[in-house]
Amino acid sequence: MTATTHPALRQSKGPAHTRILAYGAARGELAVDNDALVGPIDSSDEWIQQRTGIITRMRAEHDTNAIDLAIAAGAEAIATAGIDPALIDLVIVATISNPSQTPSVAAIVSDRVGANPAAAYDINAACAGYAYAVAQADALIRGGAATYALVIGTEKLSDIVDPTDRSISFLLGDGAGAALIGPSEFPGISTTVWGSDGSKSDTIGMTGTLTQFRDGETEWPTLRQEGQTVFRWAVWEMAKVAKRALEEAGVEASDLAAFIPHQANMRIIDQFAKQLKLPDTVKIARDIETTGNTSAASIPLASHRLLKENPELSGGLALQIGFGAGLVFGAQVVVLP
Amino acid sequence: MALSNDEILAGLAELITDETGIAAEEVALEKSFTDDLDIDSISMMTIVVNAEEKFGVTIPDDEVKNLKTVGDAVTFITNAQD
Repeated sequence: MTATTHPALRQSKGPAHTRILAYGAARGELAVDNDALVGPIDSSDEWIQQRTGIITRMRAEHDTNAIDLAIAAGAEAIATAGIDPALIDLVIVATISNPSQTPSVAAIVSDRVGANPAAAYDINAACAGYAYAVAQADALIRGGAATYALVIGTEKLSDIVDPTDRSISFLLGDGAGAALIGPSEFPGISTTVWGSDGSKSDTIGMTGTLTQFRDGETEWPTLRQEGQTVFRWAVWEMAKVAKRALEEAGVEASDLAAFIPHQANMRIIDQFAKQLKLPDTVKIARDIETTGNTSAASIPLASHRLLKENPELSGGLALQIGFGAGLVFGAQVVVLP
Repeated sequence: MALSNDEILAGLAELITDETGIAAEEVALEKSFTDDLDIDSISMMTIVVNAEEKFGVTIPDDEVKNLKTVGDAVTFITNAQD
């Protein structure tokens, strides 16, 4: 055996446990009802409500972007947690709506909320982005790479909708949801079950690339999905992932106080709950009804609303699961702050 | 043992009733899922997944769009059983 010839390196080690300390939320300023969208898709308020459960979706003004929404949500999470923003040393933003390819949303948000010079970066895991970011923040804090992490899902999806599209555009809204994550005396974030299936990459995505748009080969790229394929995957495959997340966490469905799935479509949420056989005692987040589908922002936005409307859920367990374009998925059980 | 067409039709009617509330006697071979029974794409997929389980067959996503009528579904399931 060869003797070590270099000095032993010091490697980081963090606290044993983490938890979510507080949430923040920012929704677009404009409530857009179904009647405002039905013309170009030759539809009706009833058609949209029956297929999606959405009554209105919140969309941002022209001059509000995903960075503005993220700053507002992040600032609220910090204020609610009562943490000095200077102590935040990690900012992770999950988004597909950065107004430009670079710089990252996270670096700007970090500065604006008072966390400069925290490590900051964006991730693209679409509607699973928030669950991915929570997994990273949890691991990085427990690994000693950070102490307090600001995790944000932010989207301005109204910039990438096609008013004539009947597959997904009318579902989409704008908003940002934030969670401040830090060290904890007890386990507050379970093992994340996450993964991807790039063989289904063409089931949710953009109609073209920016270079194709530049070269006049395509219209402004917008989002599309193959609804039936996505529905089957989102319910029956994701139900298996959700069950694995419960197993990994060492809890049963009956231990849950809340179920907070990505707010993709009310029909998915309803069928998902049915497949999981959730007892009536489990509160199901249904923020989609008045916010719409906000991709990476939907889980923290739904969590924020659920706690505002049901403060007694604080301290209870919530199963959260994100799933979307990639395809990608991530699920974990968290203790609600 | 493979089920007969009548048995498949009856089983399918049961699944359609469970999902949509449509009376089983309304479900006939010539009926179109969308035009006659007013079944939307999400309910259709739920029926498809439940049919896979009930009849022990696989109905790929690409095949679902070809199932225009109840008869199409019965034929597909019959062939898939073999």
